[in-house]
Amino acid sequence: MDEDIKAFLADNYENLGHIERDLVDLEQNPTDKDLLVRIYRSLHTIKGNCGFMAFGKLEALTHAGENLLSRVRDKELILNIEIINTLLQLVDTIHQSCICINATGEESDSDYSELIQRLNDLQHTAYEDKHLIIALNSENVADSLSTPPSVPSNYTQIPNLTKPSIYDNQTKNGKVNSKEAPTPLAAAQTVPSIRVDINLLDKLINLVGELVLVRNQILQFDSIQDRAGFEAASQNLNRVTTELQEAVMKTRMQPISTIWSKFPRAIRDMAIASGKQVQVEIEGEDTELDKTIIEAIKDPLTHIIRNCIDHGIEMPDVRKLSGKPESGQVRLYAFHESGYVNIEIIDDGAGIDPERLKNKALSLGLITGEQFNHLSDGEAINLIFLPGFSTADKVTCLSGRGIGMDVVKTNIEKVGGVVEISSQRKLGTVFKLKIPLTLAIIPALIVTSAGDRYAIPQMSLAELVRLEGEQAKRGIEYIHKAPVYRLRGKLLPLVYLNRELQLENKEQKSNLQSLDEVVNIVVVVQANTPFGLVVDSIDDTQEIVVKPLGKLLKDTPGFAGATILGDGRVALILDVRSIAQRSGVFSEAQTKARLEQEGASQQQTDDGREMLLLFEGLPKSRMAIPLSMVLRLEEIPITAVEKVGDLTIVQYCDRILPLIDLASVFSPQPLSCTKKKGATTRTNNSHSSLLENQLLQMIVVSCSNGQTVGLAVSRILDIVMEKLTFTAATSRPGVNAIAVIKGQVTEILDLEALNQWISN
Amino acid sequence: MAHTHQFCTFYLANICFGLDVKKVQEVIRYQSITRVPLAPPAVRGLINLRGQIVPAIDLRQCLDISESDPTYQKSSMAWRNSSTSNLFNYFFPSLEQLPLNAIVQANDEVISLLVDEVGEVLEISECSFEPPPQTLKGKARELIQGAYKLNDRLLLILDTEKVFEVSKRSD
Repeated sequence: MDEDIKAFLADNYENLGHIERDLVDLEQNPTDKDLLVRIYRSLHTIKGNCGFMAFGKLEALTHAGENLLSRVRDKELILNIEIINTLLQLVDTIHQSCICINATGEESDSDYSELIQRLNDLQHTAYEDKHLIIALNSENVADSLSTPPSVPSNYTQIPNLTKPSIYDNQTKNGKVNSKEAPTPLAAAQTVPSIRVDINLLDKLINLVGELVLVRNQILQFDSIQDRAGFEAASQNLNRVTTELQEAVMKTRMQPISTIWSKFPRAIRDMAIASGKQVQVEIEGEDTELDKTIIEAIKDPLTHIIRNCIDHGIEMPDVRKLSGKPESGQVRLYAFHESGYVNIEIIDDGAGIDPERLKNKALSLGLITGEQFNHLSDGEAINLIFLPGFSTADKVTCLSGRGIGMDVVKTNIEKVGGVVEISSQRKLGTVFKLKIPLTLAIIPALIVTSAGDRYAIPQMSLAELVRLEGEQAKRGIEYIHKAPVYRLRGKLLPLVYLNRELQLENKEQKSNLQSLDEVVNIVVVVQANTPFGLVVDSIDDTQEIVVKPLGKLLKDTPGFAGATILGDGRVALILDVRSIAQRSGVFSEAQTKARLEQEGASQQQTDDGREMLLLFEGLPKSRMAIPLSMVLRLEEIPITAVEKVGDLTIVQYCDRILPLIDLASVFSPQPLSCTKKKGATTRTNNSHSSLLENQLLQMIVVSCSNGQTVGLAVSRILDIVMEKLTFTAATSRPGVNAIAVIKGQVTEILDLEALNQWISN
Repeated sequence: MAHTHQFCTFYLANICFGLDVKKVQEVIRYQSITRVPLAPPAVRGLINLRGQIVPAIDLRQCLDISESDPTYQKSSMAWRNSSTSNLFNYFFPSLEQLPLNAIVQANDEVISLLVDEVGEVLEISECSFEPPPQTLKGKARELIQGAYKLNDRLLLILDTEKVFEVSKRSD
């Protein structure tokens, strides 16, 4: 249904509810001026809304009611039971009409002229009929009502629903119980909602932000001073804060359908205008986003869709020639993923021709001849985001998608989002938008550089790399002066954060770094281009409250804002985009070209080599699993391990994670014993093996069935890239194969079998 | 009777400065400052003012006061009449070095001016005011509106809006 009608109805139900309640109250206190004014105002709002929505009949009806009320208000008319009844009837009639509008989108056909006539008549007659004016609180009420003189049966259109109950009440008690009287008409129709001033909501969010900071602060104390009561209180604070934060955030959330619902119509109109046939498919329209973000992405989305129709989808005859169905398809998807909303706009049109884009960019002087030669197709498509590429001079009908795309990109990035585009010629184009749920509180990684802490929004993070010892010395190579690191065989340009921020003079950290023999690289992705930020240390991930930097620092590059950390100190939030631009990562087209197209096959490279995580399952026993299955490596205290029945578990990320202790699985005793016996063996072994060391190394892996399990291992060794050469078949259950890795015999574990074994 | 103005006084390199009392929100003790790389030189960094992030301005930088300049030697305690605080400073010299934050409103924003010491609030008659002489040059000329002639010293009046503008410059 139309958004406007929805709003109109919600508004009306709310106002009708008020009027009804106030009318009943007014019956009790006929002299209450405030009540009268309130009723008048509500009715006036309804009238205004009806006028705005062009529901003429309703407007005329409410207008008549308003006239009557205004005479009562101006004391030209004395309130009597008849007026109240008629006004209540008016409320019922409007309500009925609203139900009709809700169902059909149109005004009902019913005739209101009689009611209008009655309202008008009352204005003039009631004054003379003084005998009708009754002291409403007196016992007479019951008598006058029991013989209803004023409401002929043909006026009461739906009286059976509401009025008799009120009147029964009245005749029994002589008075209306105002608590029971207001029939919750409005509540029955819509979920009750109140409208809150957006400024108030902003203030609430700020306060919740403060609370989050205080919470962080308290939690930090908690780890220092170990007092039971304090611990409990701070845990409670933690919980309350988190819940409050979520609830307040929710108040600002709106489903994306608020903007999407308009698209099918718009697409239809555009398609007709351009003589094309387009089908729309929408999925995930109830995905919720912060109101401010919804507004910010509205125009960019419209723009992308317009481009899809305009330049993506071909004319029906062209489509037929290339073997596609005549009518093109535009699909809109929205879904939540790890704190972000993903929006995908997919068309099955002509796609983007990278060669044409490159030629155009070259002719516009946006890229150099050298860049022209080195640009990969993926990069070439990204050219459409270049400012200046979007000129009125269309590239061609086929590939002229650049119009205003830089604006789209800037707008999306303004709210902390990213746009990605991928296209295949003749097959179509996919726009992927990744947008944070909200702007106020974001997850971030805290790093230290040159003695200061900085926050990097989780949004732009790809991975963390730590080089130690020999690796730290030799891992970083130079192409002339530009430092690079070989990340899975590709060169990753490195940016030293301290140098970029011109901090190295003060701390001389860059020299110390080589002595420390530890290099921390934060791999961030900006515009599909990964680069490594070298920092002194990586501290923690935290939810941070974004605060603006103010006018004084608005021109300072490199930072997106500031936040307050747990210890009360201020930390700056890095603007990865601006850092990338300053360091010139973008213009390094040559390096970039090699880094492009790291697809899903990141770990499985062409020559059959695979990334493996190498560890000792049992002391002195080397084992490995494919790295693609590994979610995280964790170190957990022994005390965190719990037992439920036969299962060994740990609480991990608010979930229960089954733990497989490899030491017990591959214990020297044969596993072929009965289930019961196996269980006891496991228990004994896990105890003996777990108690030896205080910290337990755990590999969190995900199995193919989507289940997550933890592997307790004795030592994690390394990550290697190896071509698997199997030297022997399985030796024991739970092992897939045996291979020689780095000159040593290593068992490749069969996680599925292990998982099966533990779930039995 | 002539008009009077109220000024919050503070010391910076032994010079007595005054700020319109209406512009001064509060004075707080030293807060740890997070430096902002690439920021204008006058911005020493950011402080946490009860959850609000406020830039801290180095007034010495704004006024081109260099630490080594003999005119501004810190040794003289001529106007600091509290002997106990001197003793305190004698035993804890490091604390004495830490600047205080005068939190002021400027240009609809809140900024902190780093000062050495804060004096009392003075109510001064308008007639003792004089604009700065032509010989005052440089950035100081923009910032100093003029001087009130007190009995034992001059009170230089700072324009907070100008301080804001000057500290925004990147030179």
